[in-house]
Amino acid sequence: MKPIESFELPSPSKVNYLNAVYGLKSWLLTKDHKRIALLYLGSITFFFFIGGIYALMIRLELLTPSGDFLESTTYNKVFTQHGIIMIFFFLIPSIPATLGNFLIPMMIGAKDLAFPRINLLSWYVYLAGGIITIYALLAGGVDTGWTFYTPFSTTFSNSYVVATGLGIFINGFSSILTGLNFIVTIHTMRAPGMTWFRMPLFCWSHYATSLIMILGTPVIAITVLLLAFERVSGVGIFNPKLGGDPVLFQHMFWFYSHPAVYIMVLPGMGVISELIANFSRKNIFGYSFVAFSSIAIAVFGFLVWGHHMFVTPQSVYAGMIFSFLSFAVAIPSAIKVFNWTATLYKSSISYDTPMLYALGFIGLFTIGGMTGLFLASLATDVHLSDTYFVVAHFHYIMVGGALMAYLGGLHYWWPKMTGRMYPEGWGRFGALVVFVGFNLTFLPQFIAGYIGMPRRYHAYPPEFQVYNVLSTAGASILGFGMLIPAVYFVWSMRYGKHAEANPWHLPGLEWRTQSPPPTENFEQTPIVTWDAYEFAPPEETEVVGKFHGEVERAS
Amino acid sequence: MSEHIVSVRVYITIFLVLLVGTALTVWAAFVDFPFGLNTIIAMAIAVTKATFVVLYFMHVRYSTRLVWVIVGSALFWMGIMFAFTFADYFTRSRLSIGT
Repeated sequence: MKPIESFELPSPSKVNYLNAVYGLKSWLLTKDHKRIALLYLGSITFFFFIGGIYALMIRLELLTPSGDFLESTTYNKVFTQHGIIMIFFFLIPSIPATLGNFLIPMMIGAKDLAFPRINLLSWYVYLAGGIITIYALLAGGVDTGWTFYTPFSTTFSNSYVVATGLGIFINGFSSILTGLNFIVTIHTMRAPGMTWFRMPLFCWSHYATSLIMILGTPVIAITVLLLAFERVSGVGIFNPKLGGDPVLFQHMFWFYSHPAVYIMVLPGMGVISELIANFSRKNIFGYSFVAFSSIAIAVFGFLVWGHHMFVTPQSVYAGMIFSFLSFAVAIPSAIKVFNWTATLYKSSISYDTPMLYALGFIGLFTIGGMTGLFLASLATDVHLSDTYFVVAHFHYIMVGGALMAYLGGLHYWWPKMTGRMYPEGWGRFGALVVFVGFNLTFLPQFIAGYIGMPRRYHAYPPEFQVYNVLSTAGASILGFGMLIPAVYFVWSMRYGKHAEANPWHLPGLEWRTQSPPPTENFEQTPIVTWDAYEFAPPEETEVVGKFHGEVERAS
Repeated sequence: MSEHIVSVRVYITIFLVLLVGTALTVWAAFVDFPFGLNTIIAMAIAVTKATFVVLYFMHVRYSTRLVWVIVGSALFWMGIMFAFTFADYFTRSRLSIGT
């Protein structure tokens, strides 16, 4: 164990990144990664709210078998827009652009990201893409599904495909800029002593995510561009009538969009590694395996896209390879789940709100991952393709996984970000409500899908109604559960208890500076002499969190 | 790290090469080559042009080995996309189901 000096904290200062400068201009032109993280936090919350309204409309429509709330064309637009907003404007930027932006420099002992101006530019690019997409939605919306499958999107749809595509195209650059910044920062700005294998696993997972962002996002940009080109100019790229091939679109679309699933869930895995280790007060089991499994997911994630195309004319041989590789990509994910579970063994677990979300993540992500294997099998996929089973599966990954991790991480670092504590009792209550609501929403969808309920229909046979009523009831509980943290987070910013520098008593670098941190993050560049998750013995942890001058040296 | 200054003459030369490449592409599009070579010829011209852009306009020729590694990894990733996509197209006719 490291000497107690490692835990000494700076004297508390009243000047921090939030009050160092004032005024709207100071926010809109800021180059501070922490402020930009908060700008992102506000923006993605806005988009999450819009995507949530669409989800509400979907669940209301499906409460009854007949299409009595929305017309079929409106319903097509509603589920499309729910997907586009949630994926491109909430889930992809959620953890990297907020928590990653805020924490990566702090975790590696840097003053900021490598390119602060590019960081701010990424937010403006994100906003530009978002505004164009919102315009498309208000002007009439888009009805192709978030997958924009051709030839419907290029030839038959009369909705705002090009405008929405332009919004997504522009938004992609924001993702690339963020990924670029993280990679350069992690390579070049680690504090003295912060070796690769002393980095928190949060940084490893963001490094892997950034690789996907940089290597994958240009492909979706090109794909959307080609789609718009064919739609506007009539040049045959994807339309078979013009000599194109619609399956080529699916190849190009999924080359990005399957790895995009890992853009959404890998940062969540990084959050969970932090939460599991820190709330069980134990070094993570098999650190290097968990670290390299992130890289393995990023690499293997690029080799499996064809499993989205088993029911297209894709070659059976290609299908077999994609099926095999899809099973292979489950291995690094399973390594993480097993290692988190092994970390819990004989540890000192505290059931604070972030840990409740983390434990929820492990269970829900495992269900999501295992049901993914049903869909990676060539034969079962034919039965399950385009049913509610698929909808339930990916919501278990994206909501049960990525969103739970985001909420867990937000609670965990909220004291650092705002300098205020959230109400713990309400936090635990909210986590439980979200967990119950989520399962009630999506578990019935597995059954409905398995027995044949198709996705993307606004009306359905009456025998499926019981599952849809359960699902809509669950969605109501889930929606209520989401509102609980929204309310107390806002409340806590003004009325919450002041947070100490290290409220959780942890060794990570981000906890060794005041809450909220100063603009430069640390009073002086830290020198790292300890491994990530290296906990002091119990008698030493007693002094953690006290400020310089108050430290009681334990012998 | 000192920045390599590329002379205006080099830029103009590369620009002219690209213009010639474009003219060649247009010309090749109107010629019916045997053995379905049209696509291959068009792609060869395009790849050559792209190589000039990457080497000179993007300064990769004068950059560090790390930059070469980055460029190489991007090409490798593109290779993955092509290889797996072609794995589909080239084996489609080998086994047709339902016929």
